[in-house]
Amino acid sequence: MTVIWTGMTALSLLCALALGRAGGLASAALDGAGQAIQLGISMAGVLCLWMGVMEVMDRAGLARKLAKLLRPILGRLFPDFARDRGVMDTIAANVSANLLGLGNAATPLGMEAARRMAGRTPGIASDSLCMLVVCNTASIQLIPTTVAAVRMAAGCETPFDILPAVWLTSALSVLAGITASKLLAKVWRD
Amino acid sequence: MQLILDLLVPGIIAGVSLYGTVQGVDVYDALLQGAAKGLEILWRILPALVTLLTVVAMLRASGALELAAKALAPVCDLFGIPAETVGLMLVRPISGSAALGVGSELITAYGPDSTIGRTAAVMLGSTETTFYTIAVYFGAAGIKKTRYAIPAALCADLTGFFFAALTVRLLFG
Repeated sequence: MTVIWTGMTALSLLCALALGRAGGLASAALDGAGQAIQLGISMAGVLCLWMGVMEVMDRAGLARKLAKLLRPILGRLFPDFARDRGVMDTIAANVSANLLGLGNAATPLGMEAARRMAGRTPGIASDSLCMLVVCNTASIQLIPTTVAAVRMAAGCETPFDILPAVWLTSALSVLAGITASKLLAKVWRD
Repeated sequence: MQLILDLLVPGIIAGVSLYGTVQGVDVYDALLQGAAKGLEILWRILPALVTLLTVVAMLRASGALELAAKALAPVCDLFGIPAETVGLMLVRPISGSAALGVGSELITAYGPDSTIGRTAAVMLGSTETTFYTIAVYFGAAGIKKTRYAIPAALCADLTGFFFAALTVRLLFG
């Protein structure tokens, strides 16, 4: 991040000099910093409310219910581990925590699943392990809280109107990731 | 459709509270604790928001963002993606806080209901910090040979960016 930050500030200085826009640069920098705090304050309400609702979901065991529903589908994605109850339960819990946006719960579960799966092939990412990582790098969150909070802060009256677009896009990107993994698994030579 | 979306948020709040109550959860206590966690998250991301919004504002005022968007416009046009979102697509897989900073600057600068603002929001909402996630999971599992995990994950990201632009164009015109 240090390189990115330094590079970007240097670049904007050079660009401003080259384009003769040096005058606005100082106020832009200070405005940007001020805007960040304003954005943070206007995001706070929505963020806190949703984190509260998520805490209720978590305590009510909604993630566990969802995990049970997901087990049969996940068995097909991870055929090598379909009979390993421990691993499949952890994967199901990881995926359902991701769906509900419980990021703090999802990551340790995913790490645990990855560690157990790697036990069979130490040091090498097996097909199933690649699939787990791809499923986790493609966001499948049902309610993108932070983004909604940002839109709300920017004066949007219907911050959740992007949900259908987000769901469709998430589903297609997960599908693309899964397809790519399945295809690459067939042709990949180490 | 509009009615469903209107009822979605209040429905989830009421539904989850009801379900929690039935399950014997101290719903109000959970709400308060969750809200406190929300404040903690905000506290954690604020410093990064300050630095990133500062530098993006500088890039915008200097004209560097315009130049980059102009240079990449032909490629973006080909896929129907607004060229203004190039910066967001570049940082999205690398840093979550940087993506949030760049994305919220786009949403604020162009407006949350503009095509660019909506596309940025959908991109943020439907993709993840790919490299960070891969590093955490493979690190935990002690994996050195990552094989095709990175190309497959980036494939998902690119698909996400493409369809973020497409769905916004189709659903919001």
